[in-house]
Amino acid sequence: MKHFDTPHPEAWLRVLPDGLFCEPGGFYVDPVRPVDRAVITHAHADHARPGHAHVLASAETLAIMRVRMGVDRAGTVQQEQPYGQVLTIGEVRVWLQPAGHVLGAAQVAMEWRGSRAVVSGDYKRAPDPTCAPFEPIPCDVFVTEATFALPVFRHPPPEAEIAKLLASVALFPERTHVVGAYALGKCQRVIALLRRAGWDRPIYLHGAQMPLCAEYERLGVPLGDLRPATVANKADLAGAIVIAPPGAIADRWARRLAEPVVCLASGWMRVRQRARSRGVELPLVISDHADWDELNATVDEVGAPEIWVTHGREEALIHEVAKRGVRGRALRLLGYGDEEEDLPAQGEAA
Amino acid sequence: MIAFAELLERLVLTPGRLAKIALLRRYFATEPDPDRGFALAALTGELAFQAAKPMLIRGLAEARTDPTLFAWSYDYVGDLADTVALMWPAKPTNQPAPGMTEVIQTLIATPKTDLPDIVAGWLDASDASGRYALLKLITGSLRVGASARLAKVALAELAGGRIAPDEIEEIWHGLTPPYLPLFEWLEGTAERPDPAGAPVFRPLMLAQPLEPPDFAALDPAAFRAEWKWDGIRAQLVAMPGGRRVYSRGAEDISNSFPELIEAMDFHAVLDGEILVLRDGVVAPFADLQQRLGRKVVGGKMLRDYPVHVRLYDMLFDGAEDLRALTFDERRVRLEAWFARTQPARMDLSAMIPFQTIAELSEIRDGTRAASIEGLMLKRANSPYVPGRPKGQWWKWKRDPLSIDAVMMYAQRGHGKRSSFYSDYTFGLWREDGELVPVGKAYSGFTDAELVQLDRWVRNHTTNRYGPVREVERGMVMEIAFDAAQRSNRHKSGVALRFPRVARLRWDKPAAEADKLETLMNTIENLSH
Repeated sequence: MKHFDTPHPEAWLRVLPDGLFCEPGGFYVDPVRPVDRAVITHAHADHARPGHAHVLASAETLAIMRVRMGVDRAGTVQQEQPYGQVLTIGEVRVWLQPAGHVLGAAQVAMEWRGSRAVVSGDYKRAPDPTCAPFEPIPCDVFVTEATFALPVFRHPPPEAEIAKLLASVALFPERTHVVGAYALGKCQRVIALLRRAGWDRPIYLHGAQMPLCAEYERLGVPLGDLRPATVANKADLAGAIVIAPPGAIADRWARRLAEPVVCLASGWMRVRQRARSRGVELPLVISDHADWDELNATVDEVGAPEIWVTHGREEALIHEVAKRGVRGRALRLLGYGDEEEDLPAQGEAA
Repeated sequence: MIAFAELLERLVLTPGRLAKIALLRRYFATEPDPDRGFALAALTGELAFQAAKPMLIRGLAEARTDPTLFAWSYDYVGDLADTVALMWPAKPTNQPAPGMTEVIQTLIATPKTDLPDIVAGWLDASDASGRYALLKLITGSLRVGASARLAKVALAELAGGRIAPDEIEEIWHGLTPPYLPLFEWLEGTAERPDPAGAPVFRPLMLAQPLEPPDFAALDPAAFRAEWKWDGIRAQLVAMPGGRRVYSRGAEDISNSFPELIEAMDFHAVLDGEILVLRDGVVAPFADLQQRLGRKVVGGKMLRDYPVHVRLYDMLFDGAEDLRALTFDERRVRLEAWFARTQPARMDLSAMIPFQTIAELSEIRDGTRAASIEGLMLKRANSPYVPGRPKGQWWKWKRDPLSIDAVMMYAQRGHGKRSSFYSDYTFGLWREDGELVPVGKAYSGFTDAELVQLDRWVRNHTTNRYGPVREVERGMVMEIAFDAAQRSNRHKSGVALRFPRVARLRWDKPAAEADKLETLMNTIENLSH
């Protein structure tokens, strides 16, 4: 694949104020402001912004974008692209490959004159019953996230975290366990994990969680008996599991619940002080992002001599891969955050 | 260690008392001996190995981790043990996670120099929460918000209601880890362990607050009156098996008061109030605070804050249990014992003569010494009964003082109140027009008022600092307190005793709240 005249991806992938721009293809990947042509990795609000003229993404990502922002704002032209199918945009060969982050999440692979770059978007390597698993693609530059790029972040198996939750429900059968989980991805994953662990009772949802759960079901991810928490009796909620946005679990909304045990499903819960400062009684370390080991293993697996880090703790990841001879570059893309980090929010804020 | 680590993790984050008891009970009910006994010792601070220094943990981390990554991680996490527990790069091992008993026994028996290698092996075999529990255990910093009392309540539940927490309390300090006879007794397979001559704690008899409706029922002839001193309640226990000073919560505070231990050259169990006394005058509570919570008390402390015990009851005279006697009978025994023994650093609480309740009420109103909180009324024929038996002992506090203060900051509460801003820092106006904080109150309002206050805080926030909100200067609260004392710990120079919200002054503009000077004048009046 390598020729001596193969261009370095730096020559054709540029960081512009609107985001990462593929010059010979004339498109942006996950631009932060409305553009003419956008390829979208996944539907989280910091990656999928409204108002682009032409949007290319997986069918699931486009479906979720339409639910979140409305049909019109999800792109004037919406082009669904199946995983693995190669398409030529301008002079660039482009395809999508599963990223394992949330339903529909994709890596964007781009090839120009024998030089290949892969933009991972957000990703994880742990199995997730609600989405297709990450598939590594060998490349010259791997563009990675670094949300949890510190060696203190090692996510335990999610099944063990769900077992902790169920053990607590058994110990406090008269209390409501309210689980804070981001509305897109985390919420459905927690539900699916609960179902796999044998929890077949109704799961109650905050209003903000309902539309995306319905959309997941429509897209073929069964979630079982889901009911609105808002209209349920306090008595029905004793011993029940309720899922709500992280911003609502320790605030006024939760007062309707029966002596709630406040739980939060997030990779940040690995750090006790984080749990304590947010008033979380039962932290559940369940994350949709790669942890320290997964980030490093993925860099090795794709075999790229160079990584570009979009956002997160880039300094630690770059420091670590340098020890193995991999060059690292911090893109410092502004506007990407972390949906797991969301602060007290009304409804479904990012 | 796995079950203990899980217990710790939950206890650290659980605010509710009942939930903590449930977690402890489950642990004691499901874990085997002697693991559960060592865990109990760890939670109640009764383990007898010398704690390792944090340097040990740092050394382990340096040997195993990249220094740059360690520095960034420590900076992020903020706690040394937590950082190492989370980032520990475990070497593959086929050892199982170490058991509680193995860990404790090894820590007791191993010389410090051998510890790092052993601990590293344990860390390799544990997961992150197991590593955290281990590191906290070996450095002796196991603060999990579960008091020793809570553990005893959970143990009593293990006995299914047959045994009261106070009964456990009475033998507790005569037991040693891993408490096998205690668990046998709780589970009904053995008799109650006999503390023999050990210096055990005896649960205290407490008083109820006297409220106006109770006055009428009081027969002056049936009661005895004493001053209620503003010190700390203590039980002095001197037995053939040793000498101890206990707090009212059964905590062994002997280390804070070596001069008292030295003075206890007798065999008796006494109830009294620890006070700082200079030339016969009781110093403000803030002086006594200097002596609390110290492992070692230096010579300067002993000179500058000399302590003294004002005795008011006697539970044991030698080996003889006096608790079934009446108050009057015990008082006679106490006076006779005192005359005979002449103990250093102690005196008798004076009995206040009175004929009528009205006369007593006048005496109470006339009290202006800061070190006196009011009066104690004790039924003459009351036996010494643990807890707060109804109608036996009354505390009749002086009417509180009050000020109109302005709310400055509000913080979220805990447990049931975690969605409410329920802890309020209030301030008074200084001459230069600056509002300075003088205290914090989190009680005194009704549930309905809490909802109103919470709404007000949310609608008048000017700044946020984590869980704390700074609010507009617009909410005047009447604050009741028992005394104002000088303090150089506070910016205002004054500390309040037992501040609480007496009334919400929705009607009063903030500018008309009290001046700091007004409060300072009450200090002047109150001191000798």
